[in-house]
This record gives sequence, structure tokens and C-alpha cells, in this order.
Amino acid sequence: MALPKLSPRGRETSIWLLYALGFIPGLWGFYQGATGQIAGDPVRVFEHLLGLWALRFLCLGLAVTPLRDLAGVNLIAWRRALGLLAFWYVLAHFTVYLTLDRGLQFGTILADIAKRPYITLGMAGLLMLVPLAITSNRWSIRRLGSRWNKLHKLVYPILIVSVLHYALSLKSITAEPVFYIVTATVLLGYRLVRTPLMARRRNRRNQTA
Amino acid sequence: MPVYRPPRIASSEITPEDVYLNRRRFMQAAAGAAAGSIALGAAGTARAEPLTAKPSAYKVNEPMTPEKIVTSYNNFYEFGTNKADPVNNSAPFKPRPWTVVVDGLVNKPQTFDIDKMIAEFPVEERVYRMRCVEAWSMVIPWDGIPLAALLDKVEPLGSAKYVAFETIVRPEEMPGQTGLFQPMKWPYVEGLRLDEARHPLTLLAVGLYGQTLKNQNGAPIRLVVPWKYGFKGIKSIVRISLTEHQPPNSWNILQPNEYGFYANVNPEVDHPRWSQATERRLGGGGFFGGSAEQRPTLPFNGYAEEVAGLYAGMDLRKNF
Repeated sequence: MALPKLSPRGRETSIWLLYALGFIPGLWGFYQGATGQIAGDPVRVFEHLLGLWALRFLCLGLAVTPLRDLAGVNLIAWRRALGLLAFWYVLAHFTVYLTLDRGLQFGTILADIAKRPYITLGMAGLLMLVPLAITSNRWSIRRLGSRWNKLHKLVYPILIVSVLHYALSLKSITAEPVFYIVTATVLLGYRLVRTPLMARRRNRRNQTA
Repeated sequence: MPVYRPPRIASSEITPEDVYLNRRRFMQAAAGAAAGSIALGAAGTARAEPLTAKPSAYKVNEPMTPEKIVTSYNNFYEFGTNKADPVNNSAPFKPRPWTVVVDGLVNKPQTFDIDKMIAEFPVEERVYRMRCVEAWSMVIPWDGIPLAALLDKVEPLGSAKYVAFETIVRPEEMPGQTGLFQPMKWPYVEGLRLDEARHPLTLLAVGLYGQTLKNQNGAPIRLVVPWKYGFKGIKSIVRISLTEHQPPNSWNILQPNEYGFYANVNPEVDHPRWSQATERRLGGGGFFGGSAEQRPTLPFNGYAEEVAGLYAGMDLRKNF
């Protein structure tokens, strides 16, 4: 499967379009929550919406490599935007937790982070995301060289703590968390088999050539 | 710390006896009319009929949660696990005709027809706080029958120590009871100690906001125990059995370290995964219009004065 060829300018535009589309669910949720259109517990609903979209963008970002390897679809040009969208959603999720949910009562917030495993895991995910977001630019890639690749492998533990954070926050495990647990397992499992898989493929190519 | 006290009721507010008696006749007529309308083909809708209830002294002096929220933000896993699933998926559910079997260790086991119950038992309006184990809360005007009145009718034996409750199983009308990912085993079951069940606060609700219960709220009859977490309030009850031994309860079966048998609201005993010290009072409006209001959770949900005595000498950390 091949994607339509884009000019550098077209690609640039499509990246900005991805950012614009990516922020829509969060902005729409904020608008609805602020104007009283979310019934029941709007704070909780908005907070969960932000967290879930963070997880979705994280999974999409991690799907870029397997898609390129296995399906020949190369979305690498959009991967940084997917990662940064995940970061902004996590940051917004955390901000809503601090303000609307906990009302900036730092005593209970610190106790939560220390005592509640799912909140500790979420916090760890946010902290690990920060250096990745800061180094998501060309200058850092050039500057860090091979260390950049090593640093950005942090995204694997980030996905693990994110899924655990989500699953442990729920009262019971239903179809939705199962979907993310399976998706994360597949995405991370692929990394384990990728090296031998690619080596075999290279060998075969060399033999036929 | 403010403690709940039932307000004194002016004698002018108490329904005169003759009106009260007429009300019964009125309700019988209304039940007949309701049965008639069912016969005419209105069955199977989530309709709510007006309900006449006697005011009672049990009235929390706090703003009531808007009816729209009470009827659209629900935990009723038989219809799905999302909060909006019950309102969205419960229309095909048929709360009439309906009977409740009351049996077990009683002198006179009986099967009650729901409309006869509403006509024959005193239906009272009770404005109660409702505290969910998920740390949100509401204030709801229930209409219901004190469970003690029903128990008196069946005459529990001396050996009866507990009351077990059971929800209907009807997968064809309850989508949460079918499919691959079912969060728990059906039927949903709950239980109370007999003295808890006989406590005047304990209510079998048949309505809210002056109308018969909507399907998403547990039509046609559900339990309300205002000093306990909401999951004790078992919905769409088909069986009430008096037992000698402590009956099982669904959430305890699912996660015994997180949900106990007693489930008394207690700000000092946290859920293993989250704090129970505060709650969010749902009140409608947007983020900046009161919907985010955090308030301290009260021991026994503010009903300590009435019910703390039931647990004298018990370790409430162990018996959570």
C-alpha cells in the first residue's frame, strides 16, 4: 500500500492539520463541560476524555513503526505530532486533575500520588513524557545523535504505565480497557520480535539478490 | 462537623388521616387505570406514572440534584457499564407486570404484586443523600415503602438474621447481561443485617421526584440505604429472602479487598485505590457553575446520629 506523494509543503500543511484535528476532541469537551452540556459529573467525564485521547495518540505514535515494517505505510512524518499530541493531552489531563478535580488541595494531591498506585503510575508517565516532549525537535535530534534514540525508548515504559494507570483507575475491567491492554501488548510485543524479524527479512533479500 | 438531624415537621404539613386513607383508594384506582393502560398496549415503555407519597420527616436540607442528572447518570451494569448506558439502553425493559417474592425464614412467605404494594403500603417521600463508592454524591427525593413495613407483613422467624436481595435476570431486555465482557455474575445480589433492614431509614423505593421509578433507576422497585455506598442499593428486585447466615453481595464477590458487606460510608476508610475523604456533589451546570464542588464526606453519609448505634463496638476498618 502506498500513500499519495506529498510535496514538502503539502506535508508541512498536513502536519499542522493533524495538530488542529487532534486538539478538537479536547477543545470540544472543554466547551461542552464549561457550558453545562455534559450531564452528571462533567469534571470526571472531561478528565477521562483527555486521558483516553492521550492514550490513543500514544498508541497511534507507536503504531507507525509496525505499519511501516509490515504494511509498507510510512507515517513517520506525522509521528512527532502524534507524540506531542499525546503529551499535551496528558498535561491537560493532569491540569484538570489538579484544578477542577482536586481543587488545588495539594495536601490530598501529594497523598494521592504517594499512596494510590494508579496515580503514582500516571505521574511517572507524565514525568517520563517531559524529556521526550522537550527533545521533540530537529535541533535535539542532531545534538543528541544516537542518544536521542535511546532516550525516546522511554515511550515503551510510558505506554505500560499509561495502560496500567487507566485499567487500575476503573471499578471493573470492561471491553474498553481490554482493547487498550491488547493494543499495548501487541505494539510492545512487536518490538520484541522486530529485530529477528527484520534480520530474517534482510537475509532473505540478500539471498535473492 | 455538621450532623444530619431530621427536621421537625409542622403539624400543618402532616397529611390528615382521612386524606391519607382516601389516598389509598385513589392509588388503587390509579393502579387499576395503569393496569388498564397496559392492557391497551402501553406495555414495555420506560414510562413514569405520577405517584402520591406522604411527606416524611426524613428530608435532607440541601439542594436536590436535578432530576435530569438523577435519571441520566447511573450505575446499573445490567444495562452497560458506562454512566449513560442505563438511560440509553433500558427502554425495552418491562417493569410491569412485576412481582417480588419474599421468602426464607418467615412465617408467611408471600409474592407481592408491585402495583398492589404501592396501593397497600404507606408510600413516603424521603429526601436522602446518595454517596457513590466512586466519590460522587447526589440528593434524591425518593418515594418508597419502609422495608420494615414489608418485613412485618411476612413475619420473620426468630432464626432470621439477614435479608438477601436479588435483581432480575433478563438478558433479552438487559444488554449488559449478554455479550463477551460481562463485569460480574448475574443476578446482582445484595444483603443487609436484619437490624439494618428494619431501620426506619431503609427504604424500598418505588419512585423518585413524585413519579414511579424509571428503568435506569431500578424500576419498579429498588433498595435505598442512605448511610451506605450506592452499590448496596440493589435495583429491579425480584426476591427478598430472610436468612440465618450473611448473604453474598455482588461487589464483594468481585473484589473482596475493595468492597465489603457493610459498605457504610466512611471518610476515614479509603477505597484501596482512591480516597473516600471527599465527594463531588453533582448539581448540574458547567465546570464553573458548581459541578466541581468538592465537599467533605460525612461518617455514615451524615446519618451517624440515627445509625452509628447499629455498629457499636465493631471495628469499621475491618468491617468495611
